[in-house]
Amino acid sequence: MRHGQYRFIVGFLVLPLALYAIFVISPFVQAFYYSLTNWTGVSPQFDFVGLQNFQTLTQDSLFLRAVRNNLVLLVGMPLAVILLALFYAFLLNVGGAGSGVGVRGVRGSGFYKLAFFLPQVLSVPVIAVIWAVILDPTPTGLVNSAMRRVGFGGSGWLADPNLALYCVLWVLVWGSVGFYLVLFNAAMSSIPRDIYEAALIDGAGRVATFFRVTIPLLWDTIQTSWVYLAILALDVYALVAVMTPGPGGPANATQVISLQIAQNGFQFGRAGYASAMGVVLFFFTLIIAAIMLRATRRQRIEY
Amino acid sequence: MAVTTRTGDAGQPTTAPPRRPGDGRRTGRAGDVGVNVFSHVVLVGWSVMVLVPFAWALLASVKTSGEIFGSPWSLPEVFQWSNFARAWDKGVGQYLLNSVIVVTGGVVLTMLLGSMAAYVLARYRFPGNRLVYYLFAAGMMFPVFLAIVPLFFVVQNLGMLSTYQGLILVYVAYSLPFTVFFMHAFFKTLPTSVAEAAFMDGCSHAGVFFRVMLPMAKPGLLSIGIFNVIGQFNQFVLPQFLSPEKPVLAQGIATLLASQRYEGDWGALFAALTIAMVPVVVVYLLFYRQVQAGLTSGTLK
Repeated sequence: MRHGQYRFIVGFLVLPLALYAIFVISPFVQAFYYSLTNWTGVSPQFDFVGLQNFQTLTQDSLFLRAVRNNLVLLVGMPLAVILLALFYAFLLNVGGAGSGVGVRGVRGSGFYKLAFFLPQVLSVPVIAVIWAVILDPTPTGLVNSAMRRVGFGGSGWLADPNLALYCVLWVLVWGSVGFYLVLFNAAMSSIPRDIYEAALIDGAGRVATFFRVTIPLLWDTIQTSWVYLAILALDVYALVAVMTPGPGGPANATQVISLQIAQNGFQFGRAGYASAMGVVLFFFTLIIAAIMLRATRRQRIEY
Repeated sequence: MAVTTRTGDAGQPTTAPPRRPGDGRRTGRAGDVGVNVFSHVVLVGWSVMVLVPFAWALLASVKTSGEIFGSPWSLPEVFQWSNFARAWDKGVGQYLLNSVIVVTGGVVLTMLLGSMAAYVLARYRFPGNRLVYYLFAAGMMFPVFLAIVPLFFVVQNLGMLSTYQGLILVYVAYSLPFTVFFMHAFFKTLPTSVAEAAFMDGCSHAGVFFRVMLPMAKPGLLSIGIFNVIGQFNQFVLPQFLSPEKPVLAQGIATLLASQRYEGDWGALFAALTIAMVPVVVVYLLFYRQVQAGLTSGTLK
């Protein structure tokens, strides 16, 4: 190689790495350190308290409530998103009218992908505001007035402690399906057509083809999606912070870990304690990724 | 698994299978027609579920508050363009300006630093190469909330809370992992022969990067660039904590919602929403292939 190569490498890496180290890596490392202290975030003094923060966490009913809500989202969201997105992607790819020779996709799949994906490009506050008004609990709220018109009673939606979390879950699912539709569609359309046609000749119907051919061949993509969705469900903040009363209400029905971190870290002056929550969140993420990758591990199929 | 959507031209994933127009019609089996109708009904159903809320919000931006709730499904009697003027006065103009400044600086710097790092990592061998690459890649995995409290104090200690430069640098730092990851894959696919020819002609390392490799990487730069524009424009969590006194647009919308719960000026809120929504939707409609490619290429491995 030519001379001056190392100087060039260092020159090109130093700025990006410095920024990354200062604003990403160092806060992550500090979070682990502060989680072992009783730092308030206000005064420069603090003591090292060992694992005491973590002990307090196990008895903090609000935090436990947040963990429970996160778990509901963690189970519900990936399941709903993946099932819906797979179903729609399958319709896009083989739901069209066949000619007896093969399986084909529906017409206008480009439009469907464009439309389904739209929520993905808008900011969460925009989506949160729209849904907060659509789900207005008063009888004049959009959904309530529509329901009344077809003869159902209204509902409190985000104001109802029994329903609020499921409203959040719905908006999360509503916003994410399009992205995974596009993802699964790309994976499905890279499956060779002749596999489908062979299955069809062997007498397999569409449903059988879906479960016996499409799903096994898509397994890797589904597995990756599951991990990403699970992380998304753990990390949910903006939707809850903007959309729910309180935020986190009513009656803490929509409390989540990220909201607890923000409140303890920035309002209650418990920066060390909030960092401990961050560390718990980190291990949740790590464990989920490991479990998901293990549980969904199967024989790889090459084609 | 050989999912080959991310090929050399990362801008264009192979999507729908080739369809010949008219094929769907000359069908022999009635069952297929039934399936086709069913597919369209289901797909149109979900499209309506997605598009109607946005269309409704756009319509609400020119209605009075009374009309928004009193007759939610009808057109306004008089188009209330003054909603936009009131939204602007409530600070939306300033929020938009803040967003534009931060995103412009953020994206330019992200693209420059991101492709520099990715290029060196993809095309040079040196001790620590893998380590640096994995260090960047790890940043895509972990929740921002783990670090948000310490990050606040890092930015505060640098005296950069609620400043443009503070937000720009933080946006760049948090955009680097995916940008490096994406451009790394892209630079790997570029042919070495052109670069070698340039070296023969006496081009320096930096010269090869700026004059040969960057121009060749244009499709990739476009995908990740648009991805970063939309991502940074929509950023909410970082400015919410790091820039309380200089809100960006997404943050401003959230504040407006909170205040409208008391003021009840819903027309102005939806006008603000429209101002926040329209630029992103226009970019999306113009570049949706690149947007979808940029977003999905990270997950398809």
